[in-house]
Amino acid sequence: MKDTEGYVTADGRQIGGTLMEMRNITLRFGGVVAIQDISFDIHEGEVRAIIGPNGAGKSSMLNVISGFYTPSEGEVWYQGAKRPPMKPFEVARQGVARTFQNIALFEGMTVLDNVMTGRLTHMNAGIASQALWWGKARDEEMENREKVERVIDFLEIQNIRKTPVGRLPYGLKKRVELARALAAEPSLLLLDEPMAGMNVEEKEDMSRFILDVNDEFGTTICLIEHDMGVVMDLSDRVVVMDYGKKIGDGTPDEVRNNQDVIDAYLGVPHE
Amino acid sequence: MAYLTEGAEGLRSVPALLAHNAARYGSSPAYREKEYGIWQSWTWSEAAAEIEALALGLLNLGVNEGDFIAIIGRNRPYLYWSMVAAQCVGAIPVPLYQDAGAEEMEYVLAHCGARFVIAGDQEQVDKVIEIQDDLHQFEHMIYLDPRGLRKYDHRRLHAYDHVQAQGRAARDEFTGELEARKAKLDYDSICVMLYTSGTTGKPKGVVLSNRNIIETAKASSEFDHLKVDDEVLAYLPMAWVGDFIFSIGQAYWSGFCVNCPESPETMMTDLREIAPSYYFAPPRVFETQLTQIMIRMEDAGAFKKKTFHYFMDHARKVGPAILDGHEVGTFDRLKYRLGELMVYGPLKNALGFSNVRVGYTAGEAIGPEIFDFYRSLGINLKQLYGQTEASVFITQQPDGEVRSDTVGVPSPGVEIRIADTGEVFYRSPGVFVQYYKNAESTADTKDADGWVATGDAGFIEESTGHLRIIDRAKDVAAMADGAMFAPKYVENKLKFYPSILEAVVFGAGRDRCCAFINIDLAAVGNWAERNNIAYASYQELAGHEQVLDAIQSHIEEVNESIAQDPMLSGCQVHRFLVLHKELDADDGELTRTRKVRRKIIGEKFEDLVNALYDGSPSIYTETEVTYEDGRKGKITATLEIRDAKVVPATPQKLAAE
Repeated sequence: MKDTEGYVTADGRQIGGTLMEMRNITLRFGGVVAIQDISFDIHEGEVRAIIGPNGAGKSSMLNVISGFYTPSEGEVWYQGAKRPPMKPFEVARQGVARTFQNIALFEGMTVLDNVMTGRLTHMNAGIASQALWWGKARDEEMENREKVERVIDFLEIQNIRKTPVGRLPYGLKKRVELARALAAEPSLLLLDEPMAGMNVEEKEDMSRFILDVNDEFGTTICLIEHDMGVVMDLSDRVVVMDYGKKIGDGTPDEVRNNQDVIDAYLGVPHE
Repeated sequence: MAYLTEGAEGLRSVPALLAHNAARYGSSPAYREKEYGIWQSWTWSEAAAEIEALALGLLNLGVNEGDFIAIIGRNRPYLYWSMVAAQCVGAIPVPLYQDAGAEEMEYVLAHCGARFVIAGDQEQVDKVIEIQDDLHQFEHMIYLDPRGLRKYDHRRLHAYDHVQAQGRAARDEFTGELEARKAKLDYDSICVMLYTSGTTGKPKGVVLSNRNIIETAKASSEFDHLKVDDEVLAYLPMAWVGDFIFSIGQAYWSGFCVNCPESPETMMTDLREIAPSYYFAPPRVFETQLTQIMIRMEDAGAFKKKTFHYFMDHARKVGPAILDGHEVGTFDRLKYRLGELMVYGPLKNALGFSNVRVGYTAGEAIGPEIFDFYRSLGINLKQLYGQTEASVFITQQPDGEVRSDTVGVPSPGVEIRIADTGEVFYRSPGVFVQYYKNAESTADTKDADGWVATGDAGFIEESTGHLRIIDRAKDVAAMADGAMFAPKYVENKLKFYPSILEAVVFGAGRDRCCAFINIDLAAVGNWAERNNIAYASYQELAGHEQVLDAIQSHIEEVNESIAQDPMLSGCQVHRFLVLHKELDADDGELTRTRKVRRKIIGEKFEDLVNALYDGSPSIYTETEVTYEDGRKGKITATLEIRDAKVVPATPQKLAAE
């Protein structure tokens, strides 16, 4: 693998080696080419953004990473090994957690129960033990609850711990989704438009939390976002996509000055 | 100075009381805090060990006797321990309001010359870092919650548990020094310094001695029979004298348990889980709760609503009498019991008041209806009157003599005198030592015999011996025609309406009174929802025709009631407007304890005041507002000004005067 050394960011943070690498990924749906021969990598401990205009293939890319789509061509390398085609739950077990663009929580369940589901991949007790609430199941539940409570504390949602998710406003639901993903203690956290539909204050809160997660737990984050201000402030490196192709890759400053990126966002006059 | 007492041997400082409690009540809970969803608790001996470790750690950092240690954060056991640990090493704890801005904090930290700061979290640490270059004496900061702080420069920044660990490691070296410093503390050493928020001018540092705190705690604990198994919820600002007396003074004297909520937002849930037996809240909290109950009852089903109102009517009739132990008929008693089962019990449980044995409210006048509501449920809610300078207690209401319009009889050990000007003076063992570095103000407030001016005008009711407060002495003024002007009196009457959050009445030196009104967004918003009134913002709702109509009718009712009082009938409100923004401490319009700063509001909204008096029907205005993060913005509005009906004063009464 190339470039496993890591690097130092503009604000002096040490970033680790390569955690995930996408090699020449192409994704086709019948005749439609959603992703065309894209390669990029994600380093351990960095905040990596994927941006691009609507329909550029960002969400498809995230779905490839999360195992929801199997790429038509190309390879996904994760933690130094080539990943065979996998089901999403298998990818999740490998330590990849995600949030969804259009919130996917259990509306009738409380915040606490929703976040607890994030621990599912860490539960091993058998069905009998679970049903009787005895032995391993009980110990596991206590341990998991403690982990979940730390996440609740971290994201400051103590006051809605017992509130059914369906009663929460949109911004808070997004935060609960993040909590559920964090509860899985992921080594790679995928955020699909974490700020979509939020007001300025909610965006500020969410940005704070994303940075804090990255800072406190050292979690590697890969996010898709439309709000350019947010992306440029949060991320260490940015991949830019347009019509399924990669048109830019680099630090926010490099990307900002890339003529192809400017053209894709502002449009070019057609002669 | 005969009014100063000497206290019992071995109980003359807070650290001494701590040792006493660790020996007496070693295994009973001293502190609880909800964290990670569970109530974590510490016994008195565990608390003593934690405090000792921190005190040793402070010695290790080089704290000298007489140093000031500022403490900033929400109510947490760790921060209460910080105060006591500071006392143990002979330093003086200075708790600060955690919502104060950096500038306010800078004044206070510079004024006391704090060498050390113990901060709750990143927010507080950031504020201190922002101002530290201008603080010449500031040296080290200790923080509690490490979140977001890992990458900060740690040369002068230390983690709380790290300081404790260092203290434990250096136990052998420093124990002798710590014991020696503790032994030096006596009844006259400084216990704490608290900054008064002040409705005018800069905050003043009120120095309180161990005598002040311990004598007051002792007298008030005995007055209400506080015991080791009582429970309190510590949720009011730590910088406020009341919290210091309740959560440190009385807790250390009586040995009861101080419970800290998980976060400010979970306060109501935590209150319900703890169900304190001793509870204090400012009238605002009781008002908000009552408003919420009423709003939710409005949304309840017909049967529930009917049951609620049926039994509440009964409670209003006989509840207070039953609580005071007066004679009540057997049938009424039985019906009250049934009500307890059906309504009062569950309601108290939902409010977290199931176990309240003694509840106090103070700081502002409380509306008689609100007061009676809680008392009728069987909650022993009482009023007290106090000040930082008095270590809280000046007067309080004994059980069985509770009324909404008095503030009670002098607390044990307190003497009261009313000056010819009507101003209330007091003298007690709780009277503060001095204002720090402000001999002039000290002399203005406290005379050589220890009498302190309260700044409030009041009188003692001859029939009962209870004190009644009319208004701030300096606010009581004359109108142009010489009639008495007591703005607070009118404002309180207005604020008793749920839809009015705040009122500011003008009229000193004028020919008539006018008022600014602030609507209560919760109450008015709910009303709007039920009446299908759409609104997009606070400002729009505040300017709505029907809201103005409702406020106008409230003002007219108040005018009628004021007209009954011949002395104050001139204070009727002639014209009013509803403000387009909520009065806010961040904009300097309120104090941190949410008292109206009349003069500042008058100056800031001068254009509006002028419009009230020049008869114009509406006014365009621009106002600067401060957002939570300290940025400033501007809002503009055109406000409608309305005339309210006034009632001529009852002439026959005047003649009788």
